[in-house]
Amino acid sequence: MDTDRAALTRLPRWTVPTLVAVPAAGLAVFYLWPLATLLGRVLSASALLDTFRAPGIGQVLWFTLWQAIVSTAITMVVGFVPAYVLARYRFRGRRTALAIVTVPFMLPTVVVGAAFLALLPKGWHGTALAVISAHVFFNVAVMVRLVGAMWAVLPTDLTAAARTLGASPARLLRHVVLPLLRPALFAAGSVVFLFTFTSFGVVRLLGGTTHPTVEVEIVRRATQLGDIDGAAVLSVAQLIVLGGVVWWSARWQRRASVHFSAGPTTRRARTTRERRWLVASLSLTIALLLAPVAFLVARSLQLGDGWSLQAWRTLGRGEVRPGISLGADPFASMFMSLRFALVATSISVVAGGLAAAAISTARRHGRLLDAGLMLPLGTSAVTIGLGMLITFDRAPFDWRAQWWLIPLGHALVATPFVVRSALPVLRSISPDQRAAAITLGASPLRAWWEVEIRRMRRPLAAGAGFAAAISMGEFGATTFLTRSGRETMPIAIDRLLTRAGAIPRAQAFALAAILLVVTAAIIMVAEVGEVGDA
Amino acid sequence: MLDVRGVTVRFGDRMVLDEADLDVERGEIVALLGPSGAGKSTLLRVIAGLLAPDAGTVRLDGHDVTDVPAHRRRIGFMFQSEQLFPHLDVARNIGFGLRMQRLGKDDIAHRVDALLDTVGLQGFGGRRVGNLSGGEAKRVALARALAPEPAVLLLDEPLTGLDRELHDRLAIDLAAVLRATGTTAVLVTHDRDEATAIAHRVTTLRPTTLRPTSDCPTSDCPTSDCPTSD
Repeated sequence: MDTDRAALTRLPRWTVPTLVAVPAAGLAVFYLWPLATLLGRVLSASALLDTFRAPGIGQVLWFTLWQAIVSTAITMVVGFVPAYVLARYRFRGRRTALAIVTVPFMLPTVVVGAAFLALLPKGWHGTALAVISAHVFFNVAVMVRLVGAMWAVLPTDLTAAARTLGASPARLLRHVVLPLLRPALFAAGSVVFLFTFTSFGVVRLLGGTTHPTVEVEIVRRATQLGDIDGAAVLSVAQLIVLGGVVWWSARWQRRASVHFSAGPTTRRARTTRERRWLVASLSLTIALLLAPVAFLVARSLQLGDGWSLQAWRTLGRGEVRPGISLGADPFASMFMSLRFALVATSISVVAGGLAAAAISTARRHGRLLDAGLMLPLGTSAVTIGLGMLITFDRAPFDWRAQWWLIPLGHALVATPFVVRSALPVLRSISPDQRAAAITLGASPLRAWWEVEIRRMRRPLAAGAGFAAAISMGEFGATTFLTRSGRETMPIAIDRLLTRAGAIPRAQAFALAAILLVVTAAIIMVAEVGEVGDA
Repeated sequence: MLDVRGVTVRFGDRMVLDEADLDVERGEIVALLGPSGAGKSTLLRVIAGLLAPDAGTVRLDGHDVTDVPAHRRRIGFMFQSEQLFPHLDVARNIGFGLRMQRLGKDDIAHRVDALLDTVGLQGFGGRRVGNLSGGEAKRVALARALAPEPAVLLLDEPLTGLDRELHDRLAIDLAAVLRATGTTAVLVTHDRDEATAIAHRVTTLRPTTLRPTSDCPTSDCPTSDCPTSD
């Protein structure tokens, strides 16, 4: 009976292969092939040992590691209280606060780097402290989101039970809350570690030449020293470390996972003391998150000792004074970024939409595609850019100079976000809904279209927002693929910041402020769209 | 022993408890009956220190404990939904309160074994709480609440949600355990049969007059066909 029904409602055999074709081919050509080229380069490289014997490399590896560990530790401490407050309390403005805390994570790395250059005193530029503080700013959202999500479903009666059994608040935290949150803490810790370990834009701007990480070193070797082999070796070595961390954390999380019946647990603050504490902790967090942004805007309006609009006024011109060009045209970079974002978003939405439909329809085989599409997320953007650069350099695949390679690189990173926002919606649809449509006279294909695909519109719109924001801010891969005259906003900001003089610097801050407002607005709208759908 | 006077609780402008009183003698088991929404559970939470009242006092052995935090009150609580700690096994759940008192490992092990005996779950110590049946989970919750030897044990609808047969058997066992251990207890229930089976004395909490009436009659409504949403 059951098998009969399944057979009658089954989609035509060609559905899944048709859906899979485009995303799978794209992944193979633009991700797996470059990755294989990179590996081949390393295996044939006599430079394997030379790379690690080069002077200074030990220092780079050590700094990369310890700044990631310290950044992760501080992020977890700083993010703990806002995670708790936002997960457990209900108050007016909670969604706004949540958005303010979340947005930094999606901001372009170059914007965050520029904001901290604007915020921190000159003496801090090029120090480990600058890198670490920017990393904390970036990743507090991870704590609030991942740990908060688990905290929000921790039954209040469970903690009440511990209290009636004699646990003081401190021991309640140690014996009940922390053990129960362990999987989320661990997940958040590994995500923050991965991001800070592979951080590029922030380190390039804030670490200066004195504090390079592996990512910065890869770019230096490839673009300045012409040492492609060395860059490839470092990329692959980093990839192996990343793979190890992901594998270890996935294994650990599975073992530490606990289940409890979830219930709504938010409540209003009841006592004055509670209310004061809530306001104080939240305002402090939000002030810390808004300070770099405020300074970014302020510095774009400062020239020398006074206030001036000159940086903003000259944004539209490639030259500051007649005859003196900056080498990067801020205004043109905006149009370039918009154009690339439009193309990258279209590619991501089509590929991600097809992939999500295929993954949810194919069930078991879909998991392979799902995992495959997530791979670019776990690969550093610099590695993706380097791989593309050394792969597409021979006819008939000499695409290095093609403009579309840049938005394609962006789409590779953005597609997983589209898939992630579409899949939960598709998976939440009961199979009986399709059965219902069929009993009402729809063919299996038609029923699938009506019941499932049409519902993807909203999550796809949200995914498109994330894709656009990612494309606008992408820096690592673009560094390799950019050509002069085709600078995106992040590249232009980077160029302006390395130029001497007060005007280019103020222009960089102005451009970063524009990019910040645009990406933050897109993310907020996408975020609301996604939440509103749930 | 337990002396509750004039406890008032408001949630916003909704009056949940209006000057509720309750007296319990040492070793006495009192059942608190009342329709849904009468504030029975709220009263228990005030007594346990999980909720601060807007007015009123809770006295224990003549001492005012209204401002004493929950973990120092020595008042046990058995939740309707057990609230066993999912990251601990059965033995460590039962021993939790003893660890909070910083008892030695051996003492805890002995006491946990004795309690497993008391509630009829010999040999269950190493089990994961996620794999327990409904009745077993209730027994573990009871043992855990009894372990630190609370001055008063509060039971919030402890047998709700079980099928009839299991409910009746557990009610008998619960009454026996409470009597054997000489526990002073307050039992909240909406089931008069259950109340008389377990308690020495039954008292009724009437809904506050300011509260909007629910779908139960405002007069005494102690039967089990009232919804129990509080």
